[in-house]
Amino acid sequence: MKAASFEYVRPDRLERAIAFLTEHGDEAKVIAGGQSLVPMLAFRLTAPRFLVDIGRISELRRVAIDAGGIRLGALARWRDIERNEELHRAHPLLVEAIRHVAHYQIRNRGTVGGSLAHADPAAEMPGIAITCEAKIVVAGRQGQRVIPAANFFTGPLTTVLQPDELIVEVRLPSWRSGRRWAFEEFARRRGDFALAGIALFYDTENGKACDARVGAVGVADTPVRLPAVEATINGNTITENVICAAGAAAFDSVDPPDDIHAPGDYRRALLQVLTERALSSAAQPGRGDNV
Amino acid sequence: MSQRQIARFTVNGKAHEAAVEPRTTLADCLRHDLKLTGTHVGCEHGVCGACTVIADGEAVRSCLMFAVQADGMDITTVEGLSEGDQLSPLQASFRKHHAVQCGFCTAGILTTAHVLLTEEPDADADRIREVLSGNICRCTGYVQIIDAVLDARAAYKAKDAR
Repeated sequence: MKAASFEYVRPDRLERAIAFLTEHGDEAKVIAGGQSLVPMLAFRLTAPRFLVDIGRISELRRVAIDAGGIRLGALARWRDIERNEELHRAHPLLVEAIRHVAHYQIRNRGTVGGSLAHADPAAEMPGIAITCEAKIVVAGRQGQRVIPAANFFTGPLTTVLQPDELIVEVRLPSWRSGRRWAFEEFARRRGDFALAGIALFYDTENGKACDARVGAVGVADTPVRLPAVEATINGNTITENVICAAGAAAFDSVDPPDDIHAPGDYRRALLQVLTERALSSAAQPGRGDNV
Repeated sequence: MSQRQIARFTVNGKAHEAAVEPRTTLADCLRHDLKLTGTHVGCEHGVCGACTVIADGEAVRSCLMFAVQADGMDITTVEGLSEGDQLSPLQASFRKHHAVQCGFCTAGILTTAHVLLTEEPDADADRIREVLSGNICRCTGYVQIIDAVLDARAAYKAKDAR
């Protein structure tokens, strides 16, 4: 199918993009890589009067790693993350999760900011943002504001972004060395959206797990943190019993609705198994070694 | 209908200028404006991979880009892989292994595999399968396609060595 008519503008600087959105935000859609938006336009699920292409605003492409953490510019693509050797060391969980995003051709165009703004509840990047307590920096006519990921997603394909705002970057807290982590998801075809997925990490003190963070995708209206699962991990040595308890807590934490892709009960059972697998894999000897 | 805009890009080494409606996808622009019908359009929403072209050296779905977004880019379509009537080593390998049945998906698979082998001439069967999971073929069952791509690796390694 073909998109409805729209007018196309391609500002070359952030201020110009914001100026345009300030005036026309209600009738405009921002396009970055377009890998989620173009299908929606093709299906005419959205038919904006203006398409604002931010793809050439080079300052939004930056990826920076320092003691404070990682900053991914809104235009950083899956390909850029996958191929950034420094990121493999600085945030192995991010890189592993991103390996699951979409197919080869889409990975060459799809962006971090686009995925966050699109807010598909099954998408990996929003899940990582929630799990890692990322901060999402957005710019609008009133300047910048920094939004904790936990407050950013309000429902399927819905966020707190205002019509005059666009995402500038996402900040991930720095990664502690020796941290144990895993990412697991299941999709029917590699590269498709996951039916369920889980990201987790924890640190270790005196042989016991602490500061666990667990988040899931594909099982609710938005990506979700699973504090009940974190509680089963914290303060414990990771044994078979703890792994089973974590899986059971994951099962009890969610109540996904039935949809055309899978019954809710199936997603829930899947999340339980994925949680067990993830925790078991995080606890493997050598997993926390930064390579 | 919104105003047409001029998109200028290079296709298969030749500069082109097309006056397009902004909503025209790169795929439709290549086929309808430039008459390069080797690029096929299957699903029109980024699932089937048939429309894959090479933009600035990277495989992209041309149905998920508007022609105006390609302004200034260097595009290669399946027509640009061969030299005249001379099949490229990858294309010759597809013929040798009977990796084509109805042929609808072939252009997208050739462009995808060409970039893959250019970047990763040592790609193994698993990697090739993973990459081609983004290209739907409903005829072959993929076995001959994977064989053909594996067999073409030698030509890309030789290119690397030069």
